[in-house]
Amino acid sequence: MVSAVMSAAEPGVVRRRNWLTNANAWLLLLPAIVLMAAFTHYPILSTLYHSFFSMSRGGEADFVGLENYTYMLEDDVFRQVLRNNIVFALATVPTSIALALLMAVWVDRKISGRSFLRLAFFTPTVLPMIAVANIWLFFYTPEYGLLDQFLKSLGFSGHNWLGDPSTVMSCLAMMVVWKEAGFFMIFYLAALQTIPPELKEAAEVEGASRWYFFRRVTLPLLMPTTLFISINALINSFKLVDQLVIMTKGGPNNASSLLLYYIYEVAFTFQDTAFAATLTVTLIAILAGVALTKFVYLDRRIHYQ
Amino acid sequence: MRQQSHSVETVAAWALALLWLLPLAYSLWSAFHPSEYATRFDLMAPLTLENFVRAWNQAPFARYYLNTLMLVSLVLAGQLVVSTLAAYAFARFRFFGREVLFALVLVQLMIMPDVLIVENYRVISALNLLDTIPAIALPYIASAFGIFLLRQTFKSVPNELVDAARVEGASSFGVLWRVFVPLGKTTYIAFGLVSVSYHWNNFLWPLIVTNSVESRPLTVGLAVFGAPETGVDWSVITAATVMTMAPLLLAFLLFQRQFVQSFMRAGIR
Amino acid sequence: MKFKTRALLTAGFMTAASLSASIVHAVDLTMYYPVAVGGPVTKVIDDMVQKFQTENPDIKVEAVYAGNYTDTMTKAMTAMKGGRPPQLSVLFSTDLFTLIDEKAIVPIDEIPGADKEWLNGFYPAFMENGRVEGKTWSVPFQRSTIVLYYNKEAFKDAGLDPEKPPTTWAEMAEMSKKLVKKDASGNVTRWGVEIPSTGYGYWMLQALAIENGQKLMNEAGNQVSFNAPKTVEALQYWVDLSTKEGVMPKGAVEWGTLRTDFLEGKTAMMWHTTGNLTAVKEGAKFDFGVAMLPAKERRGSPTGGGNFYVFKSASPEQQQAAVKFIRWMTAPERAADWSIKTGYVAVTPAAYETDVMKTYVKDFPQATVARDQLEHAVAELSVHDNGRIYKILNDAVQAAVTGTQTPKEALDSAQKQSERVLSRYK
Repeated sequence: MVSAVMSAAEPGVVRRRNWLTNANAWLLLLPAIVLMAAFTHYPILSTLYHSFFSMSRGGEADFVGLENYTYMLEDDVFRQVLRNNIVFALATVPTSIALALLMAVWVDRKISGRSFLRLAFFTPTVLPMIAVANIWLFFYTPEYGLLDQFLKSLGFSGHNWLGDPSTVMSCLAMMVVWKEAGFFMIFYLAALQTIPPELKEAAEVEGASRWYFFRRVTLPLLMPTTLFISINALINSFKLVDQLVIMTKGGPNNASSLLLYYIYEVAFTFQDTAFAATLTVTLIAILAGVALTKFVYLDRRIHYQ
Repeated sequence: MRQQSHSVETVAAWALALLWLLPLAYSLWSAFHPSEYATRFDLMAPLTLENFVRAWNQAPFARYYLNTLMLVSLVLAGQLVVSTLAAYAFARFRFFGREVLFALVLVQLMIMPDVLIVENYRVISALNLLDTIPAIALPYIASAFGIFLLRQTFKSVPNELVDAARVEGASSFGVLWRVFVPLGKTTYIAFGLVSVSYHWNNFLWPLIVTNSVESRPLTVGLAVFGAPETGVDWSVITAATVMTMAPLLLAFLLFQRQFVQSFMRAGIR
Repeated sequence: MKFKTRALLTAGFMTAASLSASIVHAVDLTMYYPVAVGGPVTKVIDDMVQKFQTENPDIKVEAVYAGNYTDTMTKAMTAMKGGRPPQLSVLFSTDLFTLIDEKAIVPIDEIPGADKEWLNGFYPAFMENGRVEGKTWSVPFQRSTIVLYYNKEAFKDAGLDPEKPPTTWAEMAEMSKKLVKKDASGNVTRWGVEIPSTGYGYWMLQALAIENGQKLMNEAGNQVSFNAPKTVEALQYWVDLSTKEGVMPKGAVEWGTLRTDFLEGKTAMMWHTTGNLTAVKEGAKFDFGVAMLPAKERRGSPTGGGNFYVFKSASPEQQQAAVKFIRWMTAPERAADWSIKTGYVAVTPAAYETDVMKTYVKDFPQATVARDQLEHAVAELSVHDNGRIYKILNDAVQAAVTGTQTPKEALDSAQKQSERVLSRYK
């Protein structure tokens, strides 16, 4: 029975063996299939289904077709939230990548105390976002917070960082970059270590400057990693909303709200599950789009055997 | 010339590193000193455990610790079992529907349970499991990520080892247990560390699905604790924050190398 | 010998059985409640519940602190939809429409034990939000109005009469200007007045609107007047206090830290719930006064705070036990005690007739201001889907005070959004 798996067996026996093989495989996969169906595949379909129905208050929901979607497109808050997600992604993704690269380059070189450096940069990754949010919340508190006190000691006046729509996003972005950059540094580190040292030696011999080498050799070689990290960071920027729950609750006036947070608010604070389903479908569509891009472009390079 | 730029770089790197550690260092300062010193950096300020005592008394952190430990253990155990079985099937069996099923697994890599909170809540509710620790764990136990990693590892096991085991009369399950699992040790450790980190720090889903102290993990406990409608005492809140971060942080400090390697390995697929 | 043992055992068994039967008979109630004010409020509640249980050993009440009003409503609804609802809860008096829509509650006046006499004993102003379709659905518990706290020493300092707080909008703006104190470099060290714009901004706006003679919603709870000219005027006055008059800090004023600001002298006057009165009293190192809110066309404040609701899913036995508990919690002695410990208005006139309250009021007349204001009070903004409407209006307030939008723009947007939400209920 088992050897049919590894080698091509006699044709006559194969059929019965294949049946057993199939059964074996499916049995092995059963727990995974059941759980994934229940918590990934079914919910995706169910969300789509529910987005075509109205909100039910203690009663039945009616089929309303695309009405929820029209409602969503006309919703000022939804537009604001989508805008915020884009701004947030633009603010955090390139910055984290640039910093991650810088950190990786430094840690990779024989700078004294590099394990300390690596420790310092990577630590925020192991902290829960909610703890990070608490700490930074105190930094940003007006008057008593660390940042304001620091500014006041220098003679500047304080500011309500999280309460001002024009500063809240930058403040949150800074915090998220702090948390994420170290994580991405690791990927760059691994990639840097795969660059053959002969290349570097050859470049030195030829008299090329470090910057030249970096620009013309290292960066292109790191491109797959950069793309990989970008996709990851982009997906994270949609997934990570813990900080909003305790820092701004999406405010002021939805200036810091993100799509997943809006979904949470609509579903669990306003109890409007129909609209929440509609919003979730949008989020799924966005993530699917990002993933598709990843598969089409990236995975030509990184192959899944 | 090169020496000079080298030391400038060293200084810059160190400056960034210190800057990077600042928030964490500050939280430790605030947690271990009385509230008057929260923003006064007097080096002679007295150290105190008072904040921790008060935080401990104001919310059931012992229970939160227990809940979190149970949660990450449950998740990891479930993930290891489910992923191993599934990865074995994908890696070493040729069967009907393999490509389709694998594609379905890939879906979870794109659309994680974290974004399906509304429907998953409905499912958990229908299963009557609301407000329990298994409720938090269930959506994550079938881990596409884990299946991926292990499949990769299992595929690279040389056939000779497998054949040798078969010759000794092992069943397919025996082969799995005796050959594949031991060879996958590094992957298991890598995956384990990543999984524990992730689930120790998970927040939104546990927030939605738990209601009471008996099932609430540390992250949710911390958020409830810090709710500032009534006015805040930052030192106590930082103490609570430190308590939430401490175990993972300590583990990280002790096992730096393994952590970093794990995340690295996990990322390079 | 054997017979005696057996008899003893049987007797013991039967005693144990009857004891457990009476224990089994104990009714279990779970109650969620919110806290939105400072002070050791959860402890006060726990003590009261303990006392009730001692006096009523056949009823067990588990009081669960659930955060602020929004969180508590979310928790109660989530629990209900998940199949494990509480039997009673303290929720916003204005959650009524939403709770009825969700078919979550039963009218209290239909439960045996809730007689007309008891229900008529509450202040009518507090009962308004609980009465719909001729039925009484909820009973007041932690009720408030907004009051003007003012620092008497700051008044003296600025040359104002500490016994004459402002009575009109114009007076408040004028006096605030005198109360502003700046340091050598021109930075403000003390503001004239602060009105919180986070947390419950819509509540403050409603106060200003009423004082300008504008009601914000209709009886049926499905129509709002957020961009009526008088509402816009009200919001404009609020915004002008910081931009034109310079007596209030620009940007958001935090609900949670406002009390601390007042106590530290960073602001000479503040608009806040009377529920903070005791916390302010405990923390104030200076003489302070409490006044009714100033008038424009009239005096006014919305009532605020939480009522007791009984959930439909509770068994008849539990419902009756819940009513018993509610009657106990709102009895004159308890209402007086609760008011003294927090600053909330005691919900029945009878409470103010108790000795303990009379003595308290004699030494601390500030405690009756909120109650006296009931004369000018109106029902709080009560509409269907109130959670969402509050957020919309809160957003508008925040947009206006941070200068992102003009009051008219912000309120126009709020009106449009609210009409979309409420169209489902017409």
